Amino acid sequence: MSQYILRRVLIAFPLILVVVTIVFVVMRASLGDPAKVMVGDRAGPELVEKIRRDLGLDLPVFEQYLIFLRNLSQGDLGRSVKFREPITERIAKSIPFTATLAFLSVAIGTALGLTIGIITAVYQRSWIDRLGIVTSVFFYSIPTFALGLLLILIFSIALRLLPVQGVGTWKHFVLPVANLAVGQSALIARLTRASMIEVLSADYVRTARAKGLNQRRVLIRHALQNTLIPVITMVGLSISFLLGGAIITEIIFGLPGVGSLFINAISNRDYPMIQGVVILGATALIFGNLIVDVIYALVDPRIRYEQGS
Amino acid sequence: MNKVRDPMIHRQTKSKRSASDRPPGLYALVIMKFVSSRVALASSFCLILILLAVLFAPQITPYDPLQRNTPERNQPPSWLHPFGTDRIGRDIMSRVLYGGRLSLRVGFFSVALAVVIGVPLGLIAGYVGGWLDNIIMRVMDVILAFPPLILAIWLVSLLGASINNVIFAIALSSIPGYARLIRGIVLSIREMEYVMAARSMGAGSLRIMFFHILPGVLGPLIVVTTLGVSGAIVFGASLSFLGLGVPPPTPEWGAMLTDGRSYLRTQWWVAVFPGMTITLVVLVLNIIGDALRDALDPNVRA
Repeated sequence: MSQYILRRVLIAFPLILVVVTIVFVVMRASLGDPAKVMVGDRAGPELVEKIRRDLGLDLPVFEQYLIFLRNLSQGDLGRSVKFREPITERIAKSIPFTATLAFLSVAIGTALGLTIGIITAVYQRSWIDRLGIVTSVFFYSIPTFALGLLLILIFSIALRLLPVQGVGTWKHFVLPVANLAVGQSALIARLTRASMIEVLSADYVRTARAKGLNQRRVLIRHALQNTLIPVITMVGLSISFLLGGAIITEIIFGLPGVGSLFINAISNRDYPMIQGVVILGATALIFGNLIVDVIYALVDPRIRYEQGS
Repeated sequence: MNKVRDPMIHRQTKSKRSASDRPPGLYALVIMKFVSSRVALASSFCLILILLAVLFAPQITPYDPLQRNTPERNQPPSWLHPFGTDRIGRDIMSRVLYGGRLSLRVGFFSVALAVVIGVPLGLIAGYVGGWLDNIIMRVMDVILAFPPLILAIWLVSLLGASINNVIFAIALSSIPGYARLIRGIVLSIREMEYVMAARSMGAGSLRIMFFHILPGVLGPLIVVTTLGVSGAIVFGASLSFLGLGVPPPTPEWGAMLTDGRSYLRTQWWVAVFPGMTITLVVLVLNIIGDALRDALDPNVRA
């Protein structure tokens, strides 16, 4: 198994290098002269020249690329044009909000989805199953931004239970986390139900029942473990969409996370900041998938043994 | 003579009978299964209604979606304005209907573009294999390394906010999904006997790819495309919600929600009706996609 994990890690790093290179090339190709873009049209040629020298833009492009890589390897993403401070610092201030939001949503959404999926599969074709199917299709379909506004309308405006926007108390996190977790749980519930129904009709489950094991033991020891395998894949796939959903959720609920930073950077044309967040987003996704691959190997013995031999 | 002819006639009538008794083909079965689901039928009907309403928007609503009408501003839903009016008196229903044209266009065109590029890539990667497969799939891996929404926001911010750039950005981030799906199916079909038979009869690679293998991937492709359109509609609306779609005052569902966000407390209808419409469209597309998947799955009985 360690070989399998090592291989995954060895794939991840070149991928990050390729991603970083693409971001650098696309940024340079589409912006033309970054110095001019940064100071705007009104600035005189001396100022443009000074900025160009300060940022090392007068060097050959390949040399700039190497400097960019060296800085990046030291965690230096450059300076924000808007805030005049290192991008890494700015991002570091925002990450706790995004990380809390993403982690809680994935954890709660997955736990809730698994529970609903298992219950609806066990009580297949009952009213509880039907209810589960209907609600999960609905919550799976409603766009993140529409659900966010709906939550605000119900819980903040009509019922006055929770704050609309901002940060400060745990209450400010309830709606954003719910906004992301609901979609996640609907997705996981649908998949868990389908996977569980398939597993429950498998021969080894019938054998376990024939041996006289009680329902709980059959479900937990025999069925659940195999149900989990496709679910883990789905959690992995959902990371990339969650990162997008987090941006929308942060904007709706006014959380000062990386998503808000990104959207603000775009309206300010703060290109170094945009570049930094794109690199961060891709890196987060690559590492997220790496973690899922490792968990996958831990759960699925077929991978564990196949690679070990 | 008679003795020889007799069995011939017998055989002919027998073969005729078996032709009419022949079990229905795969697609006839799929359609029968699909139609037997009441929810799927109702959803298809609903989708057609919405498409017609959006298509015939000028005939349905008397109001111009861009026309200010200050005396009738901020009106709650009524017979005159079923979805109410916004802060400058524009009719919300007109804006929802005209906005649908844009959202649906983004949904359909971006998926079409992704299919047109992704499916041949998957076919080639799966069928030809070797270094070509390696190159195509590594490029797909690189695109997949970017979270789709971040990639799209980034590209649209560089290229400029326009409907074509939005379609391009959504298509680009969905191409790898189609290529991977098709490649996986092609890998399993490639070794089947009928493909080998075609090859032994002298069929060229292109002919085998497009006439013998492509029909085999159509089923899953239809399912994924249906779900893809709903995903792309949400994707496009998300971009406009974040201010990266078509610029105002052009109506678009996502942009209308951003607009209505500031008036949730006092004029809820400004955001609620476009939000309900997009949710309904996505919901029926997802139900249709699920029903098609079940209909195509031989393990699920009608």
